[in-house]
Amino acid sequence: MTRFIERHPAWALILLIAVAVLLWLILAVWPPGLEEAIGRKRVFLNALFNGITLGSLYFLVASGFTLIFGLMRNVNLAHGSLYLFGGYIGYAISAWTGSWVLGFIIAFLGVALVGIVLQIAVFRRMEGQDLRQTMVTIGLSIVFADLMLWAFGGDFYQIQTPSWLVGPIELPLVTAVRSSGEAVYLRYPLVRLVILVAAIVIGIAMWLALNRTRVGMMVRAGVDDRDMLAATGVPIQLVFVAVFALGAGLAGIAGVVGGTFQSLSPGEDTRFLLASLVVVIVGGMGSIPGAALGAVIIGLAEQLGSVYIPTYAIVVTFLIMVLVLALRPQGLLARR
Amino acid sequence: MSLVQGAHPQTSQPAKVRAALLAWPEFNKPAVWLVAVILLIMPFIANGFFLIEIFATTLILGTVALSLMFLAGYGGMVSLMQLTVAGFAAYMVAVFGMSANTNISLGWPWWLATPMALILATAFGTLGGALAVRTEGIYTIMITLAIGAAFYYFTNQNWPIFGGHTGINTIATPKFWGVDWRSDIPFYYVTLGVAAFCYFAVQYVSRAPFGLALQGVRDNPRRMAALGYNVNAHRVAAYAFAAFIAALGGVLQVWNYRQISPGSVSVGACIDILIIAVVGGITRPIGPFIGAFIFVILRTFALDLLVKLGLDGNRFRLLIGIGFLAIVFWSSDGVIGLWERWRRGAAAVDKRAGGGHGHG
Repeated sequence: MTRFIERHPAWALILLIAVAVLLWLILAVWPPGLEEAIGRKRVFLNALFNGITLGSLYFLVASGFTLIFGLMRNVNLAHGSLYLFGGYIGYAISAWTGSWVLGFIIAFLGVALVGIVLQIAVFRRMEGQDLRQTMVTIGLSIVFADLMLWAFGGDFYQIQTPSWLVGPIELPLVTAVRSSGEAVYLRYPLVRLVILVAAIVIGIAMWLALNRTRVGMMVRAGVDDRDMLAATGVPIQLVFVAVFALGAGLAGIAGVVGGTFQSLSPGEDTRFLLASLVVVIVGGMGSIPGAALGAVIIGLAEQLGSVYIPTYAIVVTFLIMVLVLALRPQGLLARR
Repeated sequence: MSLVQGAHPQTSQPAKVRAALLAWPEFNKPAVWLVAVILLIMPFIANGFFLIEIFATTLILGTVALSLMFLAGYGGMVSLMQLTVAGFAAYMVAVFGMSANTNISLGWPWWLATPMALILATAFGTLGGALAVRTEGIYTIMITLAIGAAFYYFTNQNWPIFGGHTGINTIATPKFWGVDWRSDIPFYYVTLGVAAFCYFAVQYVSRAPFGLALQGVRDNPRRMAALGYNVNAHRVAAYAFAAFIAALGGVLQVWNYRQISPGSVSVGACIDILIIAVVGGITRPIGPFIGAFIFVILRTFALDLLVKLGLDGNRFRLLIGIGFLAIVFWSSDGVIGLWERWRRGAAAVDKRAGGGHGHG
């Protein structure tokens, strides 16, 4: 942190001012002039929170993507299909048993199993051939998409939110002050906040697992130099399978989460594939903190964009990607 | 070859012809001439449905896939945004030309709208390429796919220019010299002419100094940079050339369907172009056209065939996906590669049969 300030004093200052302005926008009661210029504070806060919670969902999807890419150099373009598959499993299980948590767990296990099968049966055979692996993932995504369309049709599905998460809660953030002097607080869906917390917990757990455990050490070493790691006698194929299973499983639970607070339908796979692509391009390929940063940036850009400039919202997302590629082609937090 | 020509500028006429034949080996094979003649007299063989739905569509998709083949085969850059460039050109034809959406279309005549669309689409493809070459190898796929997907979502949500998810309908097609160029037979010849032009342009560029330098960049960028070539400039130029070809395909496509909507530039459609190029083979310019032919035939008749076999007719994409996987698994250079291997195998068998007890 201090090194960053020493090396880029101007950027640090700009960042500091931006954070201060953002905090003021969140905490202060907006003066009438500002409300006239850019709309109600409630709208802004809602867009902001939606952006962050959407970012947490994107993080769940993209972290698996970036983990697989970082270790195995495998651009898994079937990742969106894994997301959708997880969502459908979660829907089927929770509709059958009525238990959301069970659906969540089985989605993780089921999609992780698909990941294991893919890694052992397909990708292990073409190790080191990046382009061919990517082509295979494209073919798989087509096959998966059609199989899921076959099984579930083109309808929209929504996974039932567990009853203890239904309904809004009041946050200690003032959105406006009534003429009587009474403050109006922001009401926000509890389920989205829980998802945000869950994503943060998963992110921290992943960070700890990668940085504080022996297996994590192997994975990090593999990201840096796969061949050297294999030469030291580490059972690298086992590590590969484990990482692929974890990455796929993360996509699966992201599917359940996305199916709960959004919906599942054919085409969502592409949407989340695009999201993961942009997130890892912005954040830095192969980097978990990068995925977190990229996910929040893209989630915010999407939600704030769709509120304030509805017909050009996607352009904002895209411009962020262009800007990052122009200034830092390796991504914001990549080491190389 | 070029040295010899430089030493004897006054070569005789037959020598020139021979040199041309060496430079364009296609002209030397009877099979090529046969295909060319069949393509030329196709309107007398096939009726309107086959002419447009099969052959013209094949030529259009083949042209777009040809641009991908050029980038992937000679430049080593697998770009998934070639259909996006084509779709951009199609949208620009609709926006600048005449259509039923009068509040969007500017109503320019076709001879003004079409060059404009080509220029803008080429610029778009070049810019996208300039972005994509900032990273290398496998990242190219990711970035170009992101560009393609972003364009799809953008056309879906943008109403003022792109007409939202309904797109732009009833686009005017060129009529001049007393010919309606969108009626079946003239349109077939237009697509054939454009496809042939693109095919020979790619063939020519691949042998021109630029194309050779590009292939050098594909094989060893660091060495080419050390030799003084500007690697990135070559790559961006390749994107520009490919974008122009894709744009031509896009203009033909919008004239063919007379409408354009986000569905035509969806991610699935972008990936279809990759499938076409890979299934056909990305080592030769003829590959994409073969791939497009297989793809169009499958797309048109898979439903009937599947129903006849007692299966669900809607599983066309499953068939395509499995076919694509099979090609990627067993033949890295597509149908052309299979064909060549089969011929080589046949030749080897012949030789062995002739050689008698050579093996054992």
